[in-house]
Amino acid sequence: MSTGPAPAGAGRASADFEVVVGLEVHCELSTATKLFCGCPNRFGSEPNTQVCPVCLGLPGALPVLNRRAVELAVRVGRALHCEIRPSTFHRKNYFYPDMPKDFQISQYDEPIDVDGYLELPSGRRIGIERAHIEEDTGKTTHLGGGGRIHGADRSLVDYNRAGVPLVEIVSRPDMRSADEARAYVAELRAILVASGASDGRMEEGSLRVDANVSVRRTGSDAFGTRCEVKNLNSLRSLGRAIEHEQARQVALLEAGERVVQETRHWNEDEGRTSSMRSKEEANDYRYFPEPDLVPLAPDGAFVAAATAGLGLMPAERRARLATTVHGPDAAVAASTLDQITTVVDLGLDDLVVEVVERGADARLALARAANEAAQSPEDARRLDPGAFCRLLELEAGGSLSSTQAKSVLAEMLAAGGEPDAIARRLGYEALGSEALESAIDAVVAAHPDAWARYAAGEDKVAQLLTGQVMKATKGRANGKAVAAALAARRG
Amino acid sequence: MSWSGGPHGAPEPGAVGLAARVRAGEVRAADVAEETLERVGRRDGELHCFNVVTADAMRSAAAAVDRLVASGADPGPLAGVPVAVKDNLCTRGVPTTCSSKMLEHWVPPYDATVVTRLVAAGALVVGKTNLDEFAMGSSTENSAFGPTRNPWDTSRVPGGSSGGSAAAVAADLAPLALGSDTGGSIRQPAALCGVVGIKPTYGLVSRYGLVAFASSLDQVGPFAATVADAALVLEVIAGHDEMDSTSLDRPVEGLLDATGSGAGGLRVGVVADFLADASADCASAVRAAAEVLAGAGAAVEEVALPELLHGLSAYYLIAPAEASSNLARYDGVRYGLRVDGDDVEQMNARTRAAGFGPEVRRRIMLGTYVLSAGYYDAYYAQAQRVRTLVARTFARAYERFDVLLAPTTPSVAFPLGAKTADPLEMYLADLFTIPSNLAGHPAMSVPFALDPQGLPVGVQVLAPALGEVAMLRAAGVLEAGAAPGARGPVASRSEAGR
Repeated sequence: MSTGPAPAGAGRASADFEVVVGLEVHCELSTATKLFCGCPNRFGSEPNTQVCPVCLGLPGALPVLNRRAVELAVRVGRALHCEIRPSTFHRKNYFYPDMPKDFQISQYDEPIDVDGYLELPSGRRIGIERAHIEEDTGKTTHLGGGGRIHGADRSLVDYNRAGVPLVEIVSRPDMRSADEARAYVAELRAILVASGASDGRMEEGSLRVDANVSVRRTGSDAFGTRCEVKNLNSLRSLGRAIEHEQARQVALLEAGERVVQETRHWNEDEGRTSSMRSKEEANDYRYFPEPDLVPLAPDGAFVAAATAGLGLMPAERRARLATTVHGPDAAVAASTLDQITTVVDLGLDDLVVEVVERGADARLALARAANEAAQSPEDARRLDPGAFCRLLELEAGGSLSSTQAKSVLAEMLAAGGEPDAIARRLGYEALGSEALESAIDAVVAAHPDAWARYAAGEDKVAQLLTGQVMKATKGRANGKAVAAALAARRG
Repeated sequence: MSWSGGPHGAPEPGAVGLAARVRAGEVRAADVAEETLERVGRRDGELHCFNVVTADAMRSAAAAVDRLVASGADPGPLAGVPVAVKDNLCTRGVPTTCSSKMLEHWVPPYDATVVTRLVAAGALVVGKTNLDEFAMGSSTENSAFGPTRNPWDTSRVPGGSSGGSAAAVAADLAPLALGSDTGGSIRQPAALCGVVGIKPTYGLVSRYGLVAFASSLDQVGPFAATVADAALVLEVIAGHDEMDSTSLDRPVEGLLDATGSGAGGLRVGVVADFLADASADCASAVRAAAEVLAGAGAAVEEVALPELLHGLSAYYLIAPAEASSNLARYDGVRYGLRVDGDDVEQMNARTRAAGFGPEVRRRIMLGTYVLSAGYYDAYYAQAQRVRTLVARTFARAYERFDVLLAPTTPSVAFPLGAKTADPLEMYLADLFTIPSNLAGHPAMSVPFALDPQGLPVGVQVLAPALGEVAMLRAAGVLEAGAAPGARGPVASRSEAGR
C-alpha cells in the first residue's frame, strides 16, 4: 500500500469520480459521573485520581449503569429523529493497555437509537444509522518512538477517562464532499450541545470523528472500497483528510490499481494518511452479551421524562427563523440562509424572533443580529429584547442612520442601556428640520456647481451633496432625511 | 467447647447456638477466636484449607464483638462465629489470590459485599481458603499453591473448586465458610466433604467483590455443618446490592425457619436420568433420601428429565467463553504479576503464560475459540440454545414438583491425582450440578449417607428460582433422616489413626 507523498492533484477531485463519506462520531456525555461507577466525569484532573475499583477493572468489581447517561442517549436519539429501542450491552474484547478490563462495554447489535436523520443548513438530510452507548478508554502517552505505541520506550496510562460515557453516532454513507462532512459534524455538534448531551469541545476530545471514505465513478450506485481514517482532531483535519483520501483513491483507480480496505491514520503535519492495519489484520472483537448488565428497556414514561424540556434543535430553529423573516413556504435566498445559520449557531434566533413579534423589521433584525451582534455573541445573548427592538425602530424610522444604529448597538452590547439614551449621549439626536435646512443652505452656497448639476437632473451628485451635509452636521443628520430634503428643494 | 454440639451439651448446636451463646455473654468471642486459631494451627499444615490465616484481624474482630456484648449492644446474628472465606472473594487489606500466581501478591482495596455483610453480622473471618485456580476445577488440585486434602481421607481430594472452604468446615476449622458455585463448586465439595453447601438463586446474593469466573453462572453461597447454619448465613448475605446489576431486589425471609418446618405436602421429583449416571452408592443414597421425604409426608415420584444431561457440554462452552473475557484484565499492566517483555504485547503474553496454570489457560483458549468470528454461532450461540432448553426442561418439571431430588456427584471423593491427567473425566464431576447454574436456580447438597469405605455421600435438592424455602424444608428433613456419622466435622483418618 502506497504511503508516499500525496498524488498530484491532491485536494482536487477528478470530475469522473465522486467521494462517499460516512462518519462515526464519538461524543462524551456530560454526566456528573462515569458510565458504570460513581467517579467524577471530569476533564483535566491529575492522572489516575478519578478512579475506583470499577473503572480500574479490579478483580471482582461490577458495572452499574448510569441512569443519566441513558437519559442523555435518549435525548440524542430523539434530537436525531431516531427510534428509541430496547437495547443490550455487549463486550468488545481486545487487549490494549488503556482499557482496564481488556474489553470495552458497548452496544452491538441492539443499540438504543436507530434509524434517524440530521438536516444540514443546506436542507440535505444525512441518515443516522444508529447511536449507541459505550464506555471510553483511558489515555496512553507513549514516550519516545514518535508517540506511537510501537517503538515507544515507555508508555504512561491515565485512567481518569476510562469509563466516561460516550455515544457513538454512526451516519449513513450519505455525504458527498469534504464540505458536507464538515457541515455534518458542525450540525451534529450543535445538536449535541442543544440537547444537553455534550459540551461539544472537540479540542478536549469531547467529540471525536472517524471518517469512512470511498470514491466511485460519478453516476454509479455501487459503493467503492472504503478506508476508515482515524486521528481527526478538528473540522479542518476532517476536511483535509477527506480531500486527501479522495485524491489518493482516485489516483489509484485511474492508475488501474485498486483501493484496499484498511484503517488509515491521518498525519496533520504531513497532510496525508498512512496505513494502520488492513482488514486481515483487524481485531476479532469476539462480541458477546455483557453478563454483568441487564437488558435496557426504556419505557414510554422514561423516554417522556428523559426528553422533557428538549428544546428546538438547530434545524427547527433555522426553519422557524426563515418563517419569521420570509413567512411560511417562501424560498430563502442564499445570503439570508447564511445569516439565518449564523444567528442560530450563535444562539441569537430567540432574540430575533422575539423582536420581530414585537413589531421590529424582520430583515433588519436578522441583519443586525447576523452582522453586528454576532461580533460579540456572548453579549448579544444578554441583550434586552425590548432595547434591541427599540433600536431597530429608531433605525427603520429614520431617527438613526445605519452607521449611528451600529454605534449605538455596539455600546448596548458593551455596556447595556437604552438606545434612546445612548443615542443622546453620542449626540445622535436627529437634527430639527430648521437646522437641517440651514445646513443645506450653507452647502448649496459653498458648492454652486454641484447644486446646479443636481438641479439639472444629475442624480448621482446627490451623494456628494449629502456627504457635505453630513460633514457639516458632524454626522448628526440622517442620510435619508438629507436626500429627501435635497429632492424637495430641487422641486 | 465446640460449635457443633459437643461436650457441654449446648441447647442448640452449630453456629446458630454459638452465636446465641456469644450474644448472651455465655461465651467470649475472644475465646472462640483463640480456640479456632489453635485448631487451624494444628490441622491446616496437613490439610491446606487456608491460603492465609488472618489471626490478628480475627482477634480484633472478636474483641469488638465482646465489647458490643459488654455494652449491651447487639453484635449481630453471627456474633463471634468463625467463618472461612474462599480466596476469590475480595478482602480489603488481605491478599486475594484466587490460588493463582497471577494474583499471589494482590491486595484488594475493598471488601466483597458478602464479606461486609458477614462482618456486620458479627462473624469472625478466619482467613482465605484454597481453591482451584480462579475457581476452575473440581478437586482443588488446580491451586497454584498446592492441593487441599479431604479431612475424611487425606489421600483424597475435597472436591472443588471451593475445596478449602468445604474441608475447613468438615475438619471443624470453622463452623461456617463461603464458597462460590459456577458449575457445582459449592455443592460438589460439600458432598465430598460431608457438609452442607448451598448454591442460591442467581442474583439472590451479591457478586460484588467475587472475582469473576463466568459471570452469568457465578453465585456465592455458604458451607456449614448443619442445614440451619447454612440457612442462617444465607439470610445474612442475601439481599439486594446496588453494586451488582444482576442482584435481585426481593426480600429474603424465612430461610432459617424453613429448615425445621418439615416436608409435609412437598411435591418431590426424583431425577431418574441422574441416577443412571451415578455410582451405585450415590444412586442408592438418593433412593433412601426419597423414602425419608415420603415418610415425612412429601409426595415423591420419579421424573425423566434427560435434557438436563446436555447441560454439561453447553456449560463447557459458555463458562470458558465468559472466562476468556473476564480473565483478559490480567495483562501485567495495572496489578498482579508482570513479566517484562520488549513491547507491550510480549509483556502481556509472557505475564499470562507465567501467571496462569494449565487448566486456566485451557479454558481461556477454549473460550476465545468459541467466541471467534465464524465459530460463534456453532458453539456459543448453540450453547445458549441448550441453556434455554435446560431452563425449559426445569420449568416443565416445576409445574409438577416443588423440588427435585438428585445425586450431587457421580461418585464419592476420589484420590488425589486420579483425574488430573484427563480434563474431561474431571469435568464429568459436575454433571448433576451444572443444570441449576445454567438455569439460575438454587440447589444444595446435604450429607446423607456413608459409602462402604466410610466416605460421605451427599444428596442434592434442586428448586426453581427463589424456591429456597421449599429447598430448605426438604433439606432439613433429609438432615434429620441422614445416616449416623454422615456429616462432618470429622477427624481425618490419618489423624485418628495416629
